[in-house]
Amino acid sequence: MGFLRGLWAAFLSMFEMLRGLWTTFRSMFEAPVTYQYPEVKRPVHERFKGRHVLKRYDNGLERCIGCALCAAACPADAIFVEAAENTDEERYSPGERYASTYQINLMRCIFCGYCEDACPTEAIVLEHQYELSFTSRRDAIYTKELLIVHVPEGGKPTPQNVPVGMFNRAIPEMKDPA
Amino acid sequence: MSWALLLEWVIKSAVIIMIILGGFAYLTLFERRVLARIQTRIGPNRAGPWGLLQPVADGIKLIFNEELIPAQADKVLFLLAPVITVVPALIILAVIPLGPEVTLFGRNYYLGLASNVNVGVLYILAVASIAVYGIVIAGWASGNKYALMGGVRSTAQMVSYELALALAFVGPIMLASSMSVDAIIEGQTHLWYVILQPLGFLIFLIAAVAEVNRAPFDMPEAEQELVAGYHAEYSGMKFALFFMAEYGKMIAVSFIAATMFLGGYLGPFLDRWPLLGPVYLFIKVVGLLFIMVWLRATFPRFRYDQLMAFGWKIMLPLGLLNVVITGVIIVLVGG
Repeated sequence: MGFLRGLWAAFLSMFEMLRGLWTTFRSMFEAPVTYQYPEVKRPVHERFKGRHVLKRYDNGLERCIGCALCAAACPADAIFVEAAENTDEERYSPGERYASTYQINLMRCIFCGYCEDACPTEAIVLEHQYELSFTSRRDAIYTKELLIVHVPEGGKPTPQNVPVGMFNRAIPEMKDPA
Repeated sequence: MSWALLLEWVIKSAVIIMIILGGFAYLTLFERRVLARIQTRIGPNRAGPWGLLQPVADGIKLIFNEELIPAQADKVLFLLAPVITVVPALIILAVIPLGPEVTLFGRNYYLGLASNVNVGVLYILAVASIAVYGIVIAGWASGNKYALMGGVRSTAQMVSYELALALAFVGPIMLASSMSVDAIIEGQTHLWYVILQPLGFLIFLIAAVAEVNRAPFDMPEAEQELVAGYHAEYSGMKFALFFMAEYGKMIAVSFIAATMFLGGYLGPFLDRWPLLGPVYLFIKVVGLLFIMVWLRATFPRFRYDQLMAFGWKIMLPLGLLNVVITGVIIVLVGG
């Protein structure tokens, strides 16, 4: 009796082994899950946190007012901001000041998004660019020219010459400051 | 011996060695592509069209690797071990005929080096056993406990499974009443021995996978326990030689299985086009290699005691049983 039971158990395990083989064989005919990366890129999620960009208003003025709250919020100390005064002849942002220097060291950045949360004008946003490889440490420091977006359709590039008294707030209105 | 005959033999030897070496290179690619497909991936497809230059890239990388010899190693044995391992894998194909007799330029050629040797099967077994020395010497000479344990496991495993392997050979030998590989192939003209010897074929396959240390019997190089086993301390081309030996043995074992059980080069229309012989053999060998890769993709590794128990308590009795049944049937049917 014990012998027969052993034989039955051996038969069952043989069957299970064949079932395993069938499973792996079947999976050969499934479509591969691989993305052929440099040619085919997998879309990122909407809230993906990639490289930062500095936004503009529709009229072309920069959102950043040089307050450096992002630099203060940054846990990795990756952001450096230097502000300068706007004038009506040379206006960069609708506020009192603008960022004359804006640098992010992407080697230090941990992509936490605190700078986004800290920004009072929603100027800095972590967008979807994730192909960030550098050949030198200097290349990893992104300057304002690299971070800022293009002037939108119908807007003018900064600095703009604007009528006197058009912008009189230190921190602009969020919606439509022009 | 005339010059023409000598030249013929040199060319045949070179071809057989090239089958193993070129086969080794492309078997690695084949294995990676098949494994990738089983895991619903694509596998290496960047180097050259369909990844066909991947083995070249791997080879160049291995050549430029640093060659390390550990301070604790026994230098002579450490250098000798990869050679001892790889040579049997290269020469084992000598007794396997690649095709029937063909006539080219008014002369008859046997497609095979020494397939008419009357102890061909014995040669296969003898040469296959030498490889274990290379592995155990590599484990000993490395001066590394993991390498030593890998070598010891390998010795025990290969010695145990060689018995089952030899017993699986006995079936075809009895059916053909000859130890010559040519005679065994002739005996399969009407019916392949895999049909007369299903149990023998199964035992052969399992024992052969264990003999070449492939998953699920890859105890000597169980990376989770032994780092890399006997070749843990080897780098560069010395490592490549071990790699070559493993894949070369896979190819050799597939050739042997195809010859002993699947009719070797036999197939339809062989009388009219004898050059179809190598093609049939190639198809059978690729099929067997696919099965080995498939097994690796499916089964987890045996535990060491299970491995030994399986070898001695199941494989060996089954092999003996197969020999007894074959003998009784041959006597009853009358040869």
